[in-house]
Amino acid sequence: MQRIGVFVCHCGSNIAATVDVKKVVEIISQEPSVVHCEDYQYMCSEAGQAKILDAVKEKNLSGIVVCSCSPRMHEGTFRKAAERAGLNPYMVEIANIREHCSWIHKDMEEATEKAVILARAAIAKVNLNAPLFPGESRVTKRALVIGGGIAGIQTALDIADAGYEVDIVEKTPSIGGRMSQLDKTFPTLDCSACILTPKMVEAAAHEKINIYTYSEVDKVTGFVGDFTVDIRKKARSVDMDKCTGCGVCQEKCPSKKTPSEFNRGLNNRSAIYTPFAQAIPNVPVIDRDACIKFKTGKCGLCEKVCQAGAINYDQVDEIVTEKYGAIVVATGFDTIKLDNYDEYAYNQSKDVITSLELERVMNAAGPTKGHLERLSDGKHPEHIVFVQCVGSRCNDNRGKSYCSKICCMYTAKHAMLIRDKYPDVKVTVFYIDVRTPGKNFDEFYRRAVEEYGVNYIKGQVGKVAPQPDGSLLVQASDLLDNKQIKMKADMVVLATAIEPEASVRGIATMLTASIDTNNFLTESHAKLRPVESPTAGIFLSGVCQGPKDIPETVAQAGAAAVKAIGLLAKDKLLTNPCTAKSDELLCNGCSVCANVCPYGAISYEVVQVNDHGIREDRRVARVNNALCQGCGACTVACPSGAMDLQGFSNRQIIAEVDAICR
Amino acid sequence: MSMNNEFKPKIVAFCCNWCSYAGADLAGSSRLQYPADVKIIRVPCSCRVNPMFILRAFEKGADGVIMCGCHPGDCHYSTGNYYARRRMTLLFSMLEYLGIENGRTRVEWVSAAEGVKFSTTMNEFVDKIRSLGENVRLGDLRCKD
Repeated sequence: MQRIGVFVCHCGSNIAATVDVKKVVEIISQEPSVVHCEDYQYMCSEAGQAKILDAVKEKNLSGIVVCSCSPRMHEGTFRKAAERAGLNPYMVEIANIREHCSWIHKDMEEATEKAVILARAAIAKVNLNAPLFPGESRVTKRALVIGGGIAGIQTALDIADAGYEVDIVEKTPSIGGRMSQLDKTFPTLDCSACILTPKMVEAAAHEKINIYTYSEVDKVTGFVGDFTVDIRKKARSVDMDKCTGCGVCQEKCPSKKTPSEFNRGLNNRSAIYTPFAQAIPNVPVIDRDACIKFKTGKCGLCEKVCQAGAINYDQVDEIVTEKYGAIVVATGFDTIKLDNYDEYAYNQSKDVITSLELERVMNAAGPTKGHLERLSDGKHPEHIVFVQCVGSRCNDNRGKSYCSKICCMYTAKHAMLIRDKYPDVKVTVFYIDVRTPGKNFDEFYRRAVEEYGVNYIKGQVGKVAPQPDGSLLVQASDLLDNKQIKMKADMVVLATAIEPEASVRGIATMLTASIDTNNFLTESHAKLRPVESPTAGIFLSGVCQGPKDIPETVAQAGAAAVKAIGLLAKDKLLTNPCTAKSDELLCNGCSVCANVCPYGAISYEVVQVNDHGIREDRRVARVNNALCQGCGACTVACPSGAMDLQGFSNRQIIAEVDAICR
Repeated sequence: MSMNNEFKPKIVAFCCNWCSYAGADLAGSSRLQYPADVKIIRVPCSCRVNPMFILRAFEKGADGVIMCGCHPGDCHYSTGNYYARRRMTLLFSMLEYLGIENGRTRVEWVSAAEGVKFSTTMNEFVDKIRSLGENVRLGDLRCKD
């Protein structure tokens, strides 16, 4: 029997307002094996932890139960306190009486009764706890960054500058990401390319950074400090070493009817292409679905004109296997599809475009060479209507429930840029709310209204109807004047909601990283660990974690890099000691456990066992503690009950069940 | 049974550490109410839930047992919830054969971001158990102490 000390936390009023803490102490003090029980305002505070230290010494405690917040919050804190008191840190159990009790119940009697039961379950478990000792695992001092946009580039640069090797895997032919598609950036109106391309060049030239473009992550195995990743280098059909980037192949390519991904399909590109002029690497790829040579076997013009002899139609996908200590996800975003939004006539009229398409229209390297014109007839528009919150803050399931965060600001930017360059163009913005939290953001928006005379109307657009004369009839409500309005426009720009890049779901699955219903990766703690995934060794950079603008993305990219550096700087990591353990007297060597183990942690060896006085050689399971991650699949699969999980043993869990059902 | 004779079911919820336990934490920090009848046991993965634990719960007087894990494909340990799903399918059909209605057992996938789903699921499950009433099967096996 253990000598258990129970510490009940008030958590200010978070617990004490709903749970009668004194009563819990009174009841729990009567439990067998409990030799000490007290309550305190904040157990996690220095003074609270001192109470644990004192009690361990005075009462010679062998186990501790803390009734407090979730173990996901403070289990580590109390384990360290126990260690300082001279106990094994794994002799601590937490009864979660905040998140799982006081915060979700209103009736004090019920909540108090439940808190007592949860405490009893933890006591029952700790009674069966045994000291556990973590092992060590090595750290591969190399990081992988998935995604080569501004988030990935910044993270890679920061990690590389700290002296560690970094690989960037980017699925498109060039790094640069969404930022490379933008024309200007708020709130300073810097040219996007002017601030991004130096970073792209710096990343490409950095001796510690290795960039895989036109490549994807195929497979991830291993765990924190020791991931093994298969990277698929898709066949470029162009030899990276030979190509000089002269561009002649792209000029001569006869297949020029493929919508340009970079220009959001507003114009076409050739089958052999680089996405944009400043692409890094400046080496084209052949789009095999569009290439005449691949489709019919005839043509081969690019090979004929390439003086460097770089074209290679026989190239195949190549798999590169690398080891990494840390992985940063920086997969970014896309705008949502507008198929469910017929009312805006996006699919009917070329003059209804998304804001990202407008970025390309406004850009000097874009489809209109930067001239603001209607894409249907090339005419100069007289009136442009911007529609905010298209698919954002949406209550039905057509769009997204969240705010896309960047739209209010980029719309103000677009409106301002248009009014600045073309003072004759009238600009109207329909908004639900204008949200401008950020340094110099509200000032920026006010300039659009006050200096540039942009007409902001609070209200929603109900319908955009293309007219026979080519114009667009916009029907909307004006919520402040409480009236319906109709106005003619020449162009309509939709501030389309953003969503995580579609490939992120597959990547999250490979990394076993949590992801939410909107496909944003979940952070370990919304406030305190915002750039770490709950899966150790996985870090989050940029919009893959939630909507954010460029300054925030760059800040988060740096934060993710620091977290990754903190990991890479260690030579060894302590491993989770809650691993599986086989009882060799019960094991019959059937191999069922090894078959269900996802980590290949179980092997077999022949050992001499002493079974009640009978010595014999038996084939028994052996768990490699460095590989075992402690899931427990083997413990349930084992037909003879030989396999058990330390820290979550059969007896411990049954004791908890019994305590709850008693 | 409480003083006013209202049926207070005993419900055990096994939650995996990585998704569902965190989902339950989120339900808590979002103050999403569900009945106090639900008591959560933390396990590393849904595949750690031995059918034996569930039988034990019913033997000891539980009126309902629910197991929550990561969504299929999202298991922290890659494949754990697939094993759990198969095991529970078998176990629940066996329990039904023993007279423990299907409604008393449930598997639900709740991610760390689904606090609302956790709370909704628990409310639904408690309602279901209340409608089924006290679990009388396995009563003869119970150790009354």
